[in-house]
Amino acid sequence: MSSKVPLDLKYAKSHEWVRVAGDVATIGITDHAQHELTDVVFVELPPAGRKLKAGEACAVVESVKTASDIYSPVSGEVLKVNQAVVDQPALANSDPYGAGWFFEVRLSQASELGALLSPADYSSQIGE
Amino acid sequence: MGLKRTALFAAHQKLGARLVEFGGWEMPVQYSSIVDEHRAVRKAAGLFDISHMGELRFTGPAALAFLNHTLTNDLRKLPVGLGQYTLMCNDRGGVMDDLYAYRTKEQEFLLVVNASRIDEDVTWLENQLAVWPQRDQVRFENVSEQFGALALQGPRAVEFIDACFPGPSVRGARIARASDLTKNQVGVFHFGGHDIYLARTGYTGEDGFEILAPVEIIEAVWNSILSAGHAYCLQPAGLGARDTLRTEVCYPLYGHELDEKTTPIEAGLGSFVALEKGDFVGRAVLAEQKAKGTEKKCVAFKLTGKAAPPRPHYPIWSTGSNPARVGEVASGTQSPSLGVGIGMGFVPPSLAKPGTVIEIEVRGNRAAAVIVPKPIYRKG
Repeated sequence: MSSKVPLDLKYAKSHEWVRVAGDVATIGITDHAQHELTDVVFVELPPAGRKLKAGEACAVVESVKTASDIYSPVSGEVLKVNQAVVDQPALANSDPYGAGWFFEVRLSQASELGALLSPADYSSQIGE
Repeated sequence: MGLKRTALFAAHQKLGARLVEFGGWEMPVQYSSIVDEHRAVRKAAGLFDISHMGELRFTGPAALAFLNHTLTNDLRKLPVGLGQYTLMCNDRGGVMDDLYAYRTKEQEFLLVVNASRIDEDVTWLENQLAVWPQRDQVRFENVSEQFGALALQGPRAVEFIDACFPGPSVRGARIARASDLTKNQVGVFHFGGHDIYLARTGYTGEDGFEILAPVEIIEAVWNSILSAGHAYCLQPAGLGARDTLRTEVCYPLYGHELDEKTTPIEAGLGSFVALEKGDFVGRAVLAEQKAKGTEKKCVAFKLTGKAAPPRPHYPIWSTGSNPARVGEVASGTQSPSLGVGIGMGFVPPSLAKPGTVIEIEVRGNRAAAVIVPKPIYRKG
């Protein structure tokens, strides 16, 4: 099964993606992650205003079978969360890079972006 | 110790199954998705590999008396060609295993037991048999490695079962065709020159069949069913869907609702305990519990709001002015049929009545739930 790895994003080893616009990063889970999870039935996101550290477990995705932690790939304050994916968790499966995004943070350590994986590195991590 | 694999392992890989550890076996948890396979079984049909389960054969003139002393249900009610759900308890009434017992001949019984309990069951039964007065009239064989097993489940299974196993049965329940089997009946059919057992039973709450066949032909049986069922929307289904299906209809799973410290009465399985049949292992404790009640009871519940699905070991809380931690979730999942979190768990009898409001603790938060009658999901 071939997973989509858009070329305009950065990736964490723990299968989150990051889209950067100025000092704001949007974060979600990758197509590969949603495919591994299958049938996302519940998404729990951090509250707006929470300050996250890179690598911190800050959200939970539940499939029928298991609960999985989601880690923030970057440090910063949560600006906005995607209520649509909370209301309709299946968006994380059907549109992981679009309507299924999770939350936005204002970057506090922009240099962390350099440690994230490129699309090519992430593709090779997932064996594609 | 490495994980065991069934004879269908390569077939699962070819179908793109995701494989996980279950009871010491490497088994398919899903092929497409749990929800997809769950729905296929509720609406059409699904085919499960259950070859990991154990088969124990008892033969001889005293086999009936020995097993009736060892198991809780009354085997004397079974004519040849019929099976029953039953339990095996220790002296304290704790469940050693839950199983299906089939009377395959006048003096032959086949027990189908949980994969994770085969070793414990065999040791327990050998020890029981060693002190049984008529032990020289009972032959006990663990035939688990000789058999593969499949479960064909779903409302449309009956439409193509005769195409898979044509002809009248040759032993067991004597019937003209496979689709004539009634609930819990077992018949022997010919398949490619071998005898296979076909029983009308299952673990999903749907109509269906379980098939026991010599391990050398199990892949041929699997392929034959998949191709006969293709036009009826049959799908291969994994243990993930098997678990959500059985949870919706409140069938217990050993290690969750049942263990050596839990009795069938506490688990709500008193109807499979035949106290009137005479003495059997565990009877004294079970009779007392039936008369005086128990300290814990297995109940079914549904979450009432939007919350994370309940999972095994999550704490159960009472509500009101003095909330207390009163028990633990035994099985829990998101119900694919109902779209809400559901589960079973143990609570004190005072909180066991349907309609009682409880809370399930999920990662430090408490989610509202209500005790509901079993089964949680009912067809129609």
